[in-house]
Amino acid sequence: MSEHNGSEGVAVALGRKDWESDQEVRWCPGCGDYGILAALQFLMPELGVEPHNTVFVSGIGCAARLPYYMNTYGVHSIHGRAPALATGIAMARPDLSVWVIGGDGDMLSIGGNHLIHALRRNVNLTILMFNNQIYGLTKGQYSPTSEVGKVTKSTPFGSVDHPFNPISVAIGAEATFVARTHDLDRKHMMETFRRAHEHRGASFVEVFQNCNVFNDGAYDGILKKAVRSDMLIPLRHGEPIRFGDDGQHGVAVNEFGEPYVCESAKVGVDHLLVHDEHRADPTLAFALSRLSSGPHSPTPVGVFRDVSRPTYEAQVQQQVADAVERVGPGDLHELLHSGATWTVG
Amino acid sequence: MSTPTLDRVVIRFAGDSGDGMQLVGDRFTDLSAAFGNDLATLPNYPAEIRAPAGTINGVSSFQIHISDHDIVTPGDSPNVLIAMNPAALVANVSDLSPGSTIIVNSDSFTERDLDKAHCSANPLDDGSLDAFTVYPVPMTSITLEATKPLGVKSRDAERSKNFFALGLICWMYTRPAAPLLEWIDDRFAGKPLVRDANAAAFKAGRNFGETAELFAHPYEVKPASLPAGTYRNIIGNTALALGLVAASRRAHLPLVYASYPITPASDILHELSKLKHFGCKTMQAEDEIAAATIALGAAFAGNLAVTGTSGPGLDLKAEALGLAISLELPMVVVDVQRAGPSTGMPTKTEQTDLLLAMYGRHGESPLPIVAAKSPSRCFDAAFEACRLALKYRTPVILLTDGLLANGAEPWRLPEVADLPDISAPFATQPNHTNADGTEDYWPYLRDPDTLARPWAIPGTRGMMHRIGGIEKQDGTGNISYQPDNHAHMVQLRQAKVDGIARDIAGVELDHQDGADVLVLGWGSTWAAITAGVRRVRARGERVAQGHLSHLSPFPADLGDVLSRYGRVLVPEANLGQLALLLRAEFLIDVQSYVQVNGLPFRAAAMESRILEEIHR
Ligand code: SF4
Repeated sequence: MSEHNGSEGVAVALGRKDWESDQEVRWCPGCGDYGILAALQFLMPELGVEPHNTVFVSGIGCAARLPYYMNTYGVHSIHGRAPALATGIAMARPDLSVWVIGGDGDMLSIGGNHLIHALRRNVNLTILMFNNQIYGLTKGQYSPTSEVGKVTKSTPFGSVDHPFNPISVAIGAEATFVARTHDLDRKHMMETFRRAHEHRGASFVEVFQNCNVFNDGAYDGILKKAVRSDMLIPLRHGEPIRFGDDGQHGVAVNEFGEPYVCESAKVGVDHLLVHDEHRADPTLAFALSRLSSGPHSPTPVGVFRDVSRPTYEAQVQQQVADAVERVGPGDLHELLHSGATWTVG
Repeated sequence: MSTPTLDRVVIRFAGDSGDGMQLVGDRFTDLSAAFGNDLATLPNYPAEIRAPAGTINGVSSFQIHISDHDIVTPGDSPNVLIAMNPAALVANVSDLSPGSTIIVNSDSFTERDLDKAHCSANPLDDGSLDAFTVYPVPMTSITLEATKPLGVKSRDAERSKNFFALGLICWMYTRPAAPLLEWIDDRFAGKPLVRDANAAAFKAGRNFGETAELFAHPYEVKPASLPAGTYRNIIGNTALALGLVAASRRAHLPLVYASYPITPASDILHELSKLKHFGCKTMQAEDEIAAATIALGAAFAGNLAVTGTSGPGLDLKAEALGLAISLELPMVVVDVQRAGPSTGMPTKTEQTDLLLAMYGRHGESPLPIVAAKSPSRCFDAAFEACRLALKYRTPVILLTDGLLANGAEPWRLPEVADLPDISAPFATQPNHTNADGTEDYWPYLRDPDTLARPWAIPGTRGMMHRIGGIEKQDGTGNISYQPDNHAHMVQLRQAKVDGIARDIAGVELDHQDGADVLVLGWGSTWAAITAGVRRVRARGERVAQGHLSHLSPFPADLGDVLSRYGRVLVPEANLGQLALLLRAEFLIDVQSYVQVNGLPFRAAAMESRILEEIHR
């Protein structure tokens, strides 16, 4: 890939401003997307990559406007197809830092297929899914993460669809990095995005995001200041899973291997589940994702799973390199003349 | 006595899908190509992998036309039919003209076999084949006999009967045995028993011809005097894959080929997957939509991006094509057309996707369309599609079809040095100075000549930009919903594609003085039209032939060419799609000649239709 002036060392220390494009941000005032964008723009200068080696790819939806606001390369593509388009970019240029931004409708409804295949292939993408549990851009229809019974314009009598749990979907697809964060905690977002970026392979981050116009307060049940510490279960690698102001709540595992929320004191701290992000088998991480089925009961946030597997594009490159090594770089004349040939005249 | 010669012969191998007819057809093709004949082939097989054995639905056939002169079609009607069972006979006999030869495997005409083919009487003795010369040959039993000394189980030995048939035909048309025996050695090196059984069956077939005194004598079809050069035998899908590799080399860009398995396009993916040492990055996507979108992503990142499919897949690639048109990025979409609608007849040919390629997207979304005319010319068409895509930063649709994909012909190999350089340099420097004196990169500032926008790829310092499917302001590429700008952009995108007419060859015209009728075609009908025109001219009649390799835009001289003839006949394997375009664009009352039975036009039918037009 010598024709590209790729990733030389960072020449100048870059700041947040270097990552902001000149485009006016056009989300509704008060939208959770602003907080996520800010977290990203604060974080980018710390990642050791440069804007010209960074690509933001999105599909369609409110979240999908984000690439326009980043002073990087960007493609605002087709509804649902961002993971596929990003896969093409990564295949062509494995040296780039490629981010995929989308909402719950974009990535889990019309683009569900591309998402799970990008994850199982382990394409080196950092995928941020802003989950507001609603279709915002089309003005308020229920989404594949909306709760059963959701009353919207398209479901005046309540939706009858069972929702996806995005973390379960990602772990089910055996994504190598799966995490969750939310739009009210910049520090947690930055830390989670950093980890996702540093991971080699497909990283999937669900970001709880408030759509204050069509689904305001969807996460109040777990994110309101008063309840947050009792409702968010921070996952920290190597530590017993505990939450609540004094760590009075915890997560233990029952005789069936299923995690459940308990009182730490009752179970005994030594008997709490110690979180291991690096377990090769996804079963326990999946089980943790099942602890909550919506924003009304204690919900894990942080990194569910972080395991290592060769990336798709590295293996594609490797096959090319191996073939060249084995038989030498292809000779076009020889190729055209291969097989049985004969000469006339 | 010297061997009598024939100037040409059409042979059809027909049997059950499990009988290996495609294999022996391919072998006979290679032998004939190496012998120096001109040839054209027509494989014909069921879409099902294994339809019930012995039934008419399960019949697979391979037709080859060999000659001592330049030919273009696989032949209308076989001179010789090899039928391995009653179903193969029943399914093919109606294609024969009286006087043709039929060789059947008489061992497979038992009552059970006849039942499966729904024969109430045995056609070998009910007089229904009286118009033909029929040779019943006990192929199975001779094969078993010949392979017995090898210790092959009889069930396995029976499988070699296709090589017996091949041996017999090779004797009849004096093909050399050595290359075939070498091929068997090589191909079945890992399976010595199979190798020996096939070789024994092949030799038995030859010996049978020589000793059975059934056939008077063998025939010879002498080598054709083709233009000087080095040749190889090639099928369209392979030629197309090679054309893409050549384009990647001459564009100095790695090739990314993303595709989803679909008949009859999958072989392009298979071919390219073998060529990783050429830097080909092939990928089997999760669906047709992803395949196109992945290719587009690769284009954004600066690779030569190609996706391939057949009709049903092209339906699904429409949205990626729309985005590629809006992003103005180079991409080639190959459509190996097959009979539709919906699943249609996957293994049968048609030219029914022209209007889909032309108009099958929402909004005003023009793009160039290139079509290949013969199996070997798939190479040139692929190269041309890549050239246009790169130069004009546009998606290009390349149309071939089932007939070209699997049909074979000798290919005079191009010299690599003769292939033009088609590189499209990336933009690396700002192209606009802002009012405040700062330098900027405007992704939609166009080349005034080609109207192509600059192609700056990620990884290039200072050229960061964001583009998308939303309408863009001309120049800056920023989102714009401004009415006049949109109207301007719609016109610009059309003008860019229209302008390509200046950069492509004119109508391929074979004029004849005094001709009042022009027969104009596109794609694979070129062969039948050419054969039909030759026949008409051989009668002393006058007719002109035109061919279009570019369907969008049309060659700049097309209107002028059309106006020179009193009548224009447009044969197509659809219901008149090119005719519709010509009528709309040139207000000329062209005559459609259509056929949609999944098969190629016949030269004889073409001849009569042209004559009819001449004498109208
Ligand atoms: S509709 Fe909702 S998600 Fe979309 S920008 Fe407005 S507040 Fe944000």
